[in-house]
Amino acid sequence: MQPFTALSAAAVPLRMENVDTDQIIPARYLTAVTKDGMGAGLFSWIRYHPDGTPKADFVLNQPEYQGARILIAGRNFGSGSSREHAVWALTDYGFRCVISPGFADIFYNNSLKNGLLPVTLAEEVVAMLWDLVEEEPATTIQVDLRSQTVTLPDGQQHSFAIDPFRKICLLEGLDDLGYISSKEAEIVAYEARSAY
Amino acid sequence: MGKTLFEKVWDAHVVAQDEGAPAVLYIDAHLIHEVTSPQAFGMLREQGLTVRRPDKTFATMDHAIPTRGLDIALWPADAATQVRTLRENCEAFGVTLWDINGPIQGIVHVVGPEMGVTHPGMTIVCGDSHTSTHGAFGALAFGIGTSEVGHVLATQCLLQKKPRTMAITVDGELGTGVTAKDIILAIIAKNGAGGGAGYVFEYRGSAIRTLSMANRMTICNMSIEGGARAGMIAPDETTFAFVKGRPYAPQGEAWERAVAFWKTLGSDEDAHFDRELRLDASQLQPMVTYGTNPGQGVPVTGRIPLPEELADPAERRSLLSAVEYMGLKPGQAMEGQPVDIVFIGSCTNGRIEDLREAASIVQGRRVASHIEAIVVPGSKAVKGQAEAEGLDRIFQEAGFEWRGAGCSMCLAMNDDKAGAGKYVASTSNRNFQGRQGPGARSLLMSPIMAAAAAVNGRVVDVREMLR
Ligand code: SF4
Repeated sequence: MQPFTALSAAAVPLRMENVDTDQIIPARYLTAVTKDGMGAGLFSWIRYHPDGTPKADFVLNQPEYQGARILIAGRNFGSGSSREHAVWALTDYGFRCVISPGFADIFYNNSLKNGLLPVTLAEEVVAMLWDLVEEEPATTIQVDLRSQTVTLPDGQQHSFAIDPFRKICLLEGLDDLGYISSKEAEIVAYEARSAY
Repeated sequence: MGKTLFEKVWDAHVVAQDEGAPAVLYIDAHLIHEVTSPQAFGMLREQGLTVRRPDKTFATMDHAIPTRGLDIALWPADAATQVRTLRENCEAFGVTLWDINGPIQGIVHVVGPEMGVTHPGMTIVCGDSHTSTHGAFGALAFGIGTSEVGHVLATQCLLQKKPRTMAITVDGELGTGVTAKDIILAIIAKNGAGGGAGYVFEYRGSAIRTLSMANRMTICNMSIEGGARAGMIAPDETTFAFVKGRPYAPQGEAWERAVAFWKTLGSDEDAHFDRELRLDASQLQPMVTYGTNPGQGVPVTGRIPLPEELADPAERRSLLSAVEYMGLKPGQAMEGQPVDIVFIGSCTNGRIEDLREAASIVQGRRVASHIEAIVVPGSKAVKGQAEAEGLDRIFQEAGFEWRGAGCSMCLAMNDDKAGAGKYVASTSNRNFQGRQGPGARSLLMSPIMAAAAAVNGRVVDVREMLR
């Protein structure tokens, strides 16, 4: 997994609540048997017209937001289907961090396993960030996982919570498999005594 | 203090728990399907790993497959590739596969319980969010991502943080024409589509106890639509009677032991829940959704809210974007809303009981002339049973198309798609934008409500047909 320590980048304001994983990547992109190239399908229904041309009014298509690495979305981001393709699409497109007042559980977990940092901030802070980056798209936002802070150009700082174990995994780029495998003796013992 | 059903199952499956780390949780049954498994098998290959417990791993083909014909040569190339890839992976890693060409096939959450793989007290996972369905048996069952599918294949374990618990108590008696689907749609409308994030629901109360297993599965299935990863119902005689005698159910003396154990799983009297929610079943009405998340639902006699009725700006924004997509108006009554397509099926409502109920409404009637109506049984077994009972004839005589088993128009991965702008009266679980086809507009409802919509060509209160 790609480690995440800190990021200084521009952000895209996605002023929408309940963005489900079907919207992040529609089912027709799920026919792949690898993870590659998912970014092409990212938000495809809201990003493209049916004939495949980009919709000019969608933020991701606006020139001022090209190259942004942070997505700022409304509450309950990533709800619905468990498809990890949603995270692969976001990272393949270039996002490394999503800020929202709240994430759906499976999406949150999937993000952590792919080096995409989910940052939970209060509704008011997210609303303020939307205003800020809509007004000034070039605003650089600093996200530092070590200090668990989001810092704005004017020095304003907002802390976010993250599970300490998950923080270490992200900082060091560790995946769960190594940790679970280190419990092999316990797994063997469990299997010997379990009912099923 | 006593323990909840969830805590009993959780505690019994913790393999290791380091201070400050998530639990290493043992998984009793792992269900896989063609769409979310290929990259996980890819990871095993890259790292030279094997499937630790092929005997606890079961594969189905359901999401990508067309439901009009099983001749793979005629399929879209990518669906065929996924099916072939799953075959190769199951063969190479020794995993049981319920292949589309075999006698056992269908939606993973219909087939698992049918085969008796799902037992009370188990931990069950699948790379599919509706794994919550299996919680109807008193199992802890939840959806996982593809990375986690890889972890479970390799180790039979998952790293999990312990969720919180919410008791949802539904007491009282359901009125005529009000079903399990209406209970869960009402719960989600009340608690919000994201309201259950971080929680496991336990459904309890007299209205839940009287439900069949099919109905309990409908409710637990949509726990994820309320934001919870899992929903559970304490096992009882209804549960045991369902499991008994199925291919993977315990037999003989092992059965007696299992039932004795299962009887101990219910939440203790003095167990503590982090949150509680109550609902009076006698007050419920048939529900229908108007929006683009399953929390945006109202009783069929109700109307879409007005923005000024919602205090929360985020809810207002959600409402406005939903009605715009749906081509509906705030304040509009749902009764009378025209429908173009009717879809009866999915892991929420594709079981034999659902088809029987829908058929009872359709019998002797005709689908409205402008309506395209399809029935997609949840599994081959459901299809076979329905045909033995003559339900296929009832549906076909009324003008429904009778399909093979699969996910079909629930997620529009295959050729079963609703066109842009079409209104779909659907018994599935998700009304997300584009879920049933790009631009398609889903109205979620119960099987009898969907059947009534098919016959009338618009949303009607099914209770009027039952009088
Ligand atoms: S029927 Fe729909 S919700 Fe159920 S498993 Fe299939 S795609 Fe998912």
